[in-house]
Amino acid sequence: MSIVNVGRPTRPDSVLAESHASLTGGRGLLQDEPLLFELGGWDKTGVDLDAPAEDAADLGDLVRAGPIGLAGLSEPEAVRHYVRLSQKNHAIDLALYPLGSCTMKHNPRLNEKLARLAGFADLHPLQPQSTTQGALELMDRLAHWLKTLTGMPAVALSPKAGAHGELCGLLAIKAAHEAAGHGARRRVLVPTSAHGTNPATAAFVGYSVTEIAQTPDGRVDIADLAAKLAPDVAAIMVTNPNTCGLFERDIIEIARLTHEAGAYFYCDGANFNAIVGRVRPGDLGVDAMHINLHKTFSTPHGGGGPGAGPVVLSAALAPFAPAPWVVHGEAGLHLVEEAIEEAGQAFGRMCAFHGQMGMFVRAYAYMRSHGADGLRQVAEDAVLNANYIKARLSDVMSPAFPDGPCMHEALFDDTWLEGTGVTTLDFAKAMIDEGFHPMTMYFPLVVHGAMLIEPTETESKRELDRFCEALRALAAAAKAGDAERFKGAPYLAPMRRLDETLAARKPKLTWRPEPDAPSAAA
Amino acid sequence: MRFTKDHEWVELDGDVATIGITAYAAEQLGDVVFVETPDVGKTLKAGDQLAVVESVKAASDVYAPVSGEVVAANGELADSPDTVNAAPEAAGWFAKVKVANPAEVDALMDRPAYEAFLATL
Amino acid sequence: MRYLPLTPDDRAEMLGVIGSATVDDLFQDVPAAARAKDLFDLPLHAGELEVERELSALANRNRAAGAGPFFCGAGAYRHHVPATVDHIIQRSEFLTSYTPYQPEIAQGTLQVLFEFQTQVAALTGLEVANASMYDGSTACAEAVMMSQRVTRREKAILSGGLHPHYAATTQTIAHAEGMQIVRQAAAVDAEAAVIAAIDAETACVVVQTPNVFGVVTDVTKIAEAAHAAGALLIVVTTEAVAYGLLKSPGEMGADIAVAEGQSIGNALNYGGPYVGLFACREKLVRQMPGRLCGETVDAEGRRGYVLTLSTREQHIRREKATSNICTNSGLCALAFTIHLSLLGEVGLRQLAALNHSRARELRTALAAVPGVEILTPRFFNELAVRVPGDAAALVEAVLADGVVAGVPYSRLDPHAGLDDVLLLAATETTTSDDIAALAAALARKIAPQGNAQ
Repeated sequence: MSIVNVGRPTRPDSVLAESHASLTGGRGLLQDEPLLFELGGWDKTGVDLDAPAEDAADLGDLVRAGPIGLAGLSEPEAVRHYVRLSQKNHAIDLALYPLGSCTMKHNPRLNEKLARLAGFADLHPLQPQSTTQGALELMDRLAHWLKTLTGMPAVALSPKAGAHGELCGLLAIKAAHEAAGHGARRRVLVPTSAHGTNPATAAFVGYSVTEIAQTPDGRVDIADLAAKLAPDVAAIMVTNPNTCGLFERDIIEIARLTHEAGAYFYCDGANFNAIVGRVRPGDLGVDAMHINLHKTFSTPHGGGGPGAGPVVLSAALAPFAPAPWVVHGEAGLHLVEEAIEEAGQAFGRMCAFHGQMGMFVRAYAYMRSHGADGLRQVAEDAVLNANYIKARLSDVMSPAFPDGPCMHEALFDDTWLEGTGVTTLDFAKAMIDEGFHPMTMYFPLVVHGAMLIEPTETESKRELDRFCEALRALAAAAKAGDAERFKGAPYLAPMRRLDETLAARKPKLTWRPEPDAPSAAA
Repeated sequence: MRFTKDHEWVELDGDVATIGITAYAAEQLGDVVFVETPDVGKTLKAGDQLAVVESVKAASDVYAPVSGEVVAANGELADSPDTVNAAPEAAGWFAKVKVANPAEVDALMDRPAYEAFLATL
Repeated sequence: MRYLPLTPDDRAEMLGVIGSATVDDLFQDVPAAARAKDLFDLPLHAGELEVERELSALANRNRAAGAGPFFCGAGAYRHHVPATVDHIIQRSEFLTSYTPYQPEIAQGTLQVLFEFQTQVAALTGLEVANASMYDGSTACAEAVMMSQRVTRREKAILSGGLHPHYAATTQTIAHAEGMQIVRQAAAVDAEAAVIAAIDAETACVVVQTPNVFGVVTDVTKIAEAAHAAGALLIVVTTEAVAYGLLKSPGEMGADIAVAEGQSIGNALNYGGPYVGLFACREKLVRQMPGRLCGETVDAEGRRGYVLTLSTREQHIRREKATSNICTNSGLCALAFTIHLSLLGEVGLRQLAALNHSRARELRTALAAVPGVEILTPRFFNELAVRVPGDAAALVEAVLADGVVAGVPYSRLDPHAGLDDVLLLAATETTTSDDIAALAAALARKIAPQGNAQ
């Protein structure tokens, strides 16, 4: 025969399979990436622009004299810079992201495509309204879905985030009380388990906050609520399902007592995913509820925003909704931007323009894709998935409220870690090495070492099992005394644990050039 | 030195009381990153908020153990909040208050009583 | 349903593990009266094709800004965003990641925020900037609240050139906190009129440059007057590209600068999502609202970034927080940073110069239209003009010629008595043909006697 030997081995030599550090610090696909300003492009730009036909001599010394201090990159360098950075982020698209109360569900790509249609994206908020009828129609249809799903007669679309929606709801409540001559009502009741935005918003609006106690089974203490509902209470702020992942069984009674005392019921809608399509907050006696479109209705979290927080309102509060809103006129749809005679009770504007239209398109596409039947299934699968995780972990971790089912999220405390030397924080950091983003930690505050797990409905059983197996293995390791695994975790992430004390003691919030380094002034 | 159940200490010199937080409190708080001290001239009743101690993840209120007028605040803490962790009962003091009623200090726990109290926690 | 991975077999198996017979059992805590037995009265699920068809039909009923000559500004501006930006922000790791609370697996987001903060500080000429607010208008309101915390005074004076939506938003928020808002009468070129209103109760004065009428003002004297009275100067900018040409707020003595960042990296999107820029003097940082990203090191000594100074925020301070804000405008801030890094120092200056140049061309053409009076003496890329008769009616009339002639001031504030004022913006996307078409259409619709048809 004639031997053709290309001279290269085609399987790994097992002797050389041990790990080995690189010479220059690289780690395979993961690249180290300096700051934009250290890439040094003071005179670089990645865009080609026409030269201006006229100069700015007409502006005299209104013109900036010195350098701004920006750095530029050519397009290939910019792409590389940001792609390298992107690789250091965990994301929903990579794995189950169990953040309780955040609803990290899949972000459908159809929504991204539709939001980018020129007829939506390239539309100015102040164009003549006759040229934006399709946009107004979409807002109107979205409003219809939100009202139908919640059983509420009105919705304010403009708030830009959940906390902004809370502010809107409380301002409407405040305006309603003032209009009725009850401006002396200056207190808001909030459960001890509430999300921090609730008391922060109440204080922002000028209310003082009184806490309502919790029962041992994780619900609002009705007796304590009744005792605290005095004539100076303007509203209660309750999350339902609550931040412990439990449905408030006595919610109708809570609403009744509140209304009897002359106060309004604000509902934090962060956990709407548990009941969408199955329960209408309007039927529970809610007066105002913000809906996080970036939670229940899948608009992307984007590394921290943008969100959208439209607020559904009862008939009593509807007159106090902020501008703008869409009405049906003879000439088509009309956006009312100013409180006029009939609507004179609107408390003002929450922000410029009309709200997060980009998020409206995405949320509406999501709703239309799921439909009434799909949305009901969303709630059912979300609750099923959370209960499955609870069932699969309850023998090795300690559920905070073991009796009865949870809703869309399962809450554990750190009792099961006692004696191991491992804290909730350590456990969470070790999850990173297993490939998962940690669950929500230390919230709600009412549970010690809280671990709040919300899988959402877009997780397959396979991914749920993968997650449970990882946590079971970690739990076993913790109990077996393998504390080092946890104390030093994460070991395998792009970065080890970071010194947050240093960041707070010596805040360094912008890049500054070294004293004698070249800058744009050169 | 005298102590309160809320873990503040008081050292009286004439009618001026130096106030800070105890070693126990400093340890419980973890790394102190910032202290919001009171304005000089502020009048306080015992139990009013005197200062706020911040760690990375929490902000804890410090209460005035005695009534009086703030005559000094520890400016060192702005640059070196870690002093509170390093020397909580000495260089990590927060404020000096001219007390209206020195007898209020006598009513507080002495060190043995405070340490007995700590043992019950 | 394509977004729901569980199969009926999965569900049955999982119920078995849980020990419940049906999913309904898991909803046992819901009061019977509140359980909806039937599906809600809404359409059933739809495939991509159908959803796309419906939304495309809606989109097609809108006249996109780029469909013809277009001159709307007044707080949102049509710029060209390089194709790269939108591609990068749609990467999974940016689009579908969360707030960087676990910094070890969020260094991508955190480093971008650090770069963003550095860029915003540089643009505004101030020492620190946060990781963004919802938009310019809420940033303005938050700045006023911050001035109350810093000065412990209750009065804010808003200039007559401040965008009416910004003034209204500020009034809404500040009123809730019991602050007194003094809103000066709308005036084309009167930012300095705030000086006369400053007194010992003034927490801040809020001026805008370029203002809603497009007028550029040197606010140095206003800063001096405010500081002499112990008040803060807040400078608002609604067109971020202006920072590429004009003297920065920091240089002119501002204590806080807020802006709408939409012009850089972000499409018009019919009003949102946008991105609020917020910068201030270093000594005020602990009173600053919003998220902050700071530099630090990890356990192995490598440089990294974390969210910091969190004790200002709602999740820690709860009712004593500097604001109730829980989110920033993450993805929009990312788009801003990427676009600005593609522009760089050189590119932003060029872009700003180009915008101004187009606006000068626009001014020349408008000045030649009989009946049109130019009101803006010094401008960046936006002009206010007075037209004969009602500006809104004129805009509607000109629409028939395929031209969107700008924003009538009455659209922003119907009570100012400025119904004959029209605001027009030109950007690098405006062509000479666009300007010629505008001028011709205006000339046609403004009758020889000087009244709008």
